[in-house]
Amino acid sequence: MSADAARPAAVGLDGIAKKFGQFVALRGITLSISPGEFVCFLGPSGCGKTTLLRIIAGLDRQNAGVVMMGGRDVSALPPSQRNYGIVFQSYALFPNLTVARNVGYGLETRSVAKAQIEGRIDELLALVGLAAHKQKYPAQLSGGEQQRIALARALAPSPALLLLDEPLSALDARVRQSLRHEIRALQRRLGVTTIMVTHDQEEALAMADRIVVMNHGVVEQVGAPVEVYMRPRSPFVARFVGQMNFLEATAGDRAGWARLGAVEMRHGATEPIAAGTRLTLAIRPEEITVGAAVGAENRLVTRIRAIQFLGSFTRLSLALPDGAPALECDVAATAFAGLGAAEGSELALSLRPEALRVFPAAG
Amino acid sequence: MARAASDGPASAIPDRTVRHRLAGEDLIRHALVVLFAIVLYLFVLYPLLHVIWRSLLGPDGAFVGLANYRRYFGTPAIAASIWNSLAVSLVSMVITVALSFGYAYGLTRTLMPGRGLFRIVAMLPLFAPSLVQALAFIYVFGNNGIFTRATGYNVGIYGAKGIVLAEVFYCFPHALLILVAALSATDARLYDAARTLGASPLKTFLTVTLPGVKFGLVSACFVVFTLVITDFGAPKAIGGKFSVMATEIYNQVSGQQNFTMGATVSVVLLIPAVLAFQVDRVVQRRRYALVTSSSRPLAPARRPLADWGGFGYCALIAGAIAGMYLAIAVYSLVARWPYNFTPTLRHYRFDTVGGYTPLWNSVYVSALSAVVGTVLTFVGAYVVEKCRTRWSGALYLLAVLPVSIPGMVLGLAYIFTFNKAGSALNVLYGTLAILIISNVIHYFTVGFLTATTALRQMDAEFENVSASLGVPFYRTFWRVTVPMALPSIVGISMYFFLNAMVTLSAVVFLVAPGTELAAVAVLLMDDAGDTAQAAAMSVCIIAIGLAVRLAYWALMRGVSRRTQAWREPAGTTTLPVEGWKT
Repeated sequence: MSADAARPAAVGLDGIAKKFGQFVALRGITLSISPGEFVCFLGPSGCGKTTLLRIIAGLDRQNAGVVMMGGRDVSALPPSQRNYGIVFQSYALFPNLTVARNVGYGLETRSVAKAQIEGRIDELLALVGLAAHKQKYPAQLSGGEQQRIALARALAPSPALLLLDEPLSALDARVRQSLRHEIRALQRRLGVTTIMVTHDQEEALAMADRIVVMNHGVVEQVGAPVEVYMRPRSPFVARFVGQMNFLEATAGDRAGWARLGAVEMRHGATEPIAAGTRLTLAIRPEEITVGAAVGAENRLVTRIRAIQFLGSFTRLSLALPDGAPALECDVAATAFAGLGAAEGSELALSLRPEALRVFPAAG
Repeated sequence: MARAASDGPASAIPDRTVRHRLAGEDLIRHALVVLFAIVLYLFVLYPLLHVIWRSLLGPDGAFVGLANYRRYFGTPAIAASIWNSLAVSLVSMVITVALSFGYAYGLTRTLMPGRGLFRIVAMLPLFAPSLVQALAFIYVFGNNGIFTRATGYNVGIYGAKGIVLAEVFYCFPHALLILVAALSATDARLYDAARTLGASPLKTFLTVTLPGVKFGLVSACFVVFTLVITDFGAPKAIGGKFSVMATEIYNQVSGQQNFTMGATVSVVLLIPAVLAFQVDRVVQRRRYALVTSSSRPLAPARRPLADWGGFGYCALIAGAIAGMYLAIAVYSLVARWPYNFTPTLRHYRFDTVGGYTPLWNSVYVSALSAVVGTVLTFVGAYVVEKCRTRWSGALYLLAVLPVSIPGMVLGLAYIFTFNKAGSALNVLYGTLAILIISNVIHYFTVGFLTATTALRQMDAEFENVSASLGVPFYRTFWRVTVPMALPSIVGISMYFFLNAMVTLSAVVFLVAPGTELAAVAVLLMDDAGDTAQAAAMSVCIIAIGLAVRLAYWALMRGVSRRTQAWREPAGTTTLPVEGWKT
C-alpha cells in the first residue's frame, strides 16, 4: 500500500490466518493501514471481518501471521498492552456507572490526577455533544446517545487506534445516518487511525477512506470507495457493493467486443480475450441509458416487466428480446415522467461501453 | 492483492493459536482457575471417589469387587429399602405435583381472593427441616396424636403412609415455585387465538395451557422425586420399620458401624439422583422461549366459579399447612400435649441438648455457609464463564455435580475423607468448618447456576472493553460485575442460609460434641422422647428462617431502590433453578 517509508504503518497485518476447528475463518490476510486513515472491513456475515478486527484487538488469537502497530510487533501482546479503543455494536456501557464514570473508566487506573480526569471527561463529552448528560445512567439515554458515550469512553485514553465493531447496526435508520457523519467528522478532527467493521455497503462507501471487501476469509478488493464501486475487481464485489446487472456473453472476434445473444456489444475491457471465451458483462442499473440519450451503439430493445417506484428514482425490471428477465434499470424520477413507460411496453436502451465491465464467466 | 498466495489449504494453517504474553492479571486469572479446581476436587470429586472405592472394599479393607453389592441386593431386609424408596418417591411425586399444580393455577390464573396470603403460607415448609412435617403428623395422627385421642381411631401414620404425607408437605413449595413460574410465563395472544377459533375452555386447557407448562411439570416432577428419595429427616422420624435408602445408610453407619454397607447403599442412591438431574437437564435443553419481547402477559378474567373453586381448594391446602405449623407451635407451648394444655415455656430450656448452643451453632454455620457459599459460587461461576480455559468444561461439570449427591452420601463421603488417621485433612473433622464446607458443597449447584445465569445476562464485551482500556479484570469485576449481580448475590446467600438452617442429611454424620446443630438436635430430642423440646427447637428454626427472610425482603427493596436509577424496569432476577435443592 501507500504508506510512506518514514512513518511506519499504523496497523500492519501479515499473513493472518485463523481456524475454528476445521473451519477456516481467515486465510493469510495481508494489509497495511496508514496513520490517520479510516478503513472499513466490509463483507457479508461470516466473511471473517469481525474475527480480523478481534485479532487486531487481541481478543481472538490468530493461528498464524503477524500484527504490527506503529512499527511494533504486538502479535503476542494481550489486549491491555496494545493501545487501542474499541466500540461494540451492543455499546457495552457499564449500566451501573454514570456517563461520566463510564467515560473516565480507562483513565482512573492510570496515575492521572483527579482534576485532570474530570477535565478530560468534560472535554470528551463536549466533543460528542453530550455534556448535559454527565450524571445520567446509560439506560436513561437513547441508543444513539449511548453509542456516542461508548465512543467517548474508547477515545478518552487517547489511543493510537480506534476499532469500531458494527457500531451503528443496532440503531434505527435516521440516527444511523447522522451518527455516520458525526463519527467521520470526529475521526478527521482527531486524526485517529480507525478501523470499522460493517456489513452495510452504504455505510462503508459514505465513511471510509479505504474499503477492504472480504468474503470467505479472504480479501476480495482493497480500494477507495469510488474505486471499489466503479471498478469492482470480482463479480462478488460488484454484487455486494451497490447493485449490478450481469449478462452472459461470449468474447467476439474483435478485441473489445462481445456477443450477447444476437447483438454485438462493445465493452470496457482493454486486455485481449480469446474469441469464444465465455464472459459475464456487468453494468449498474443507474448506468443504463434510456430515453432521448439512447445511442446507436450497444442498443437493445427490451420489454418492461415491472415498475417499482422508489421515491427519488424508479426501478424498471426489463426482459431481453428472448424473454429472459435480465436487466434492472434505475431511472431518476424526473426522467421517468418523460419516458412514457408502462408495464408491458417496449423500451429502447443503450449500454455505454465504458460502463460495461467484463468478468470471466461464473462457474 | 496477494490472493493467489493466500488460498492455501486449511491444513497449512497451524492448529495452535499464537500465544499471548502473560500479563500480571493473567496470573491472577490462572490462579483463580487452579484454586477453584482444587476446591472442587478436594470437596466434591475426591470424597465421592472415596465412597465409591469404599463400596468395593471388604470390612478388613481388602478389595472385594462387587461383593458388597451382591450382598446388598441379596439381603431382602436391606434390599427392600430400594423398592421402598422408589415407591415412596414416585407416589409423593405424583401427589405433590398434582396438588401444587392446582394451587399454582389458582394463584396465577384466577382472581380468587387472598392470593398473596396463600402464596406466603405455601412457602412455610421451606423454613423447616423435613423432619418437622413428619413430627407434625405424629402430633396429630400418631399413637398419642390429638386426632387419635379425640376420635379413638388410629390411622397408622408410621410407615409409608406417613412418609408420603410428610414429603408431600415438605416438597409442596418446591414444586409450587416451579409451576407458578411456568404458569406465569405465558402469552395472552395464544388464549386470544384459541378463543377466536372457538375452542372450549377444556380444549384451550389441553392445547394451550398444558403444553405451555410441560417443561415446568417435568422439572417439578424430577425435583420432587429427587428431594424425596434423598430425604432423611421425614422417613427417620415417621418411617417406623419402613426402611428407605437414606435411613438405611444411617442405620448401617450409625447403628451398626458398617461403613462398607453404608458406602454401598450410598452409591446405589447416587444413581437415581444423578439420573433425575441429568434427564431434567436434557429435557430442559429442548425448551424454547415461550415468552418473547412481544408477548402480552395473561390477565386472568373474573370467573366466579373458577375463582371461588380455586379459593376453596387453596384454602384447604393452606389451612392444612398452617394447621401443621400451628400444631408444632402449640405442642411446644403446652405442658403435655395432648393431655395438659397449660401454657408453659419450659420446653424452650433445651436442657437435654445443653441449652441454646445448637441453635446458635446453626445460625453461625448458616451465616458462614452463606458468605463462603456465595463467594465461592459467584467467583467460581465467574471463573468458568469469563476465564475461558480448556478446563472450563470440566470445572462446569464438577460444579453441577453436587446437586446430584444426596446429603447422606456427602456426609458419609466426608467421614471417609476427613476422619482418616494420618491425613492432613483430619484437622477439619469435628469442627464447625466441616459443617460449613458440607453445606456449601451440598447446595453448591443452585448457587453456581444462579450466578452463571446472572453473568450470562451481562454483556460479554464488558471484559473486552476493560482490557482495551487497560483496566484489569478484577477491577471491572468489583466495580461492574458484582454491583450488577447484587440481587442474584443476595438471593444466593439467602438460599445458602435458609438451607443450612434446615438441612439434616448432610450434617448428621458430621456433628461432634460441641458442634451440634439445631436440626440435628430436633432429631436427637425426638429420638430421646423429648418431643416437646424437639417441637420447641423446630419453632426456633422456623422463626429464625422467617426473620432472615423478612430481612432479605427489606434488603432487596433497598437494593432495588438504590439501583433503580440504572436498572431497566424489565430487569428482574430470579433463581432459575430454585427447585433444585436436595
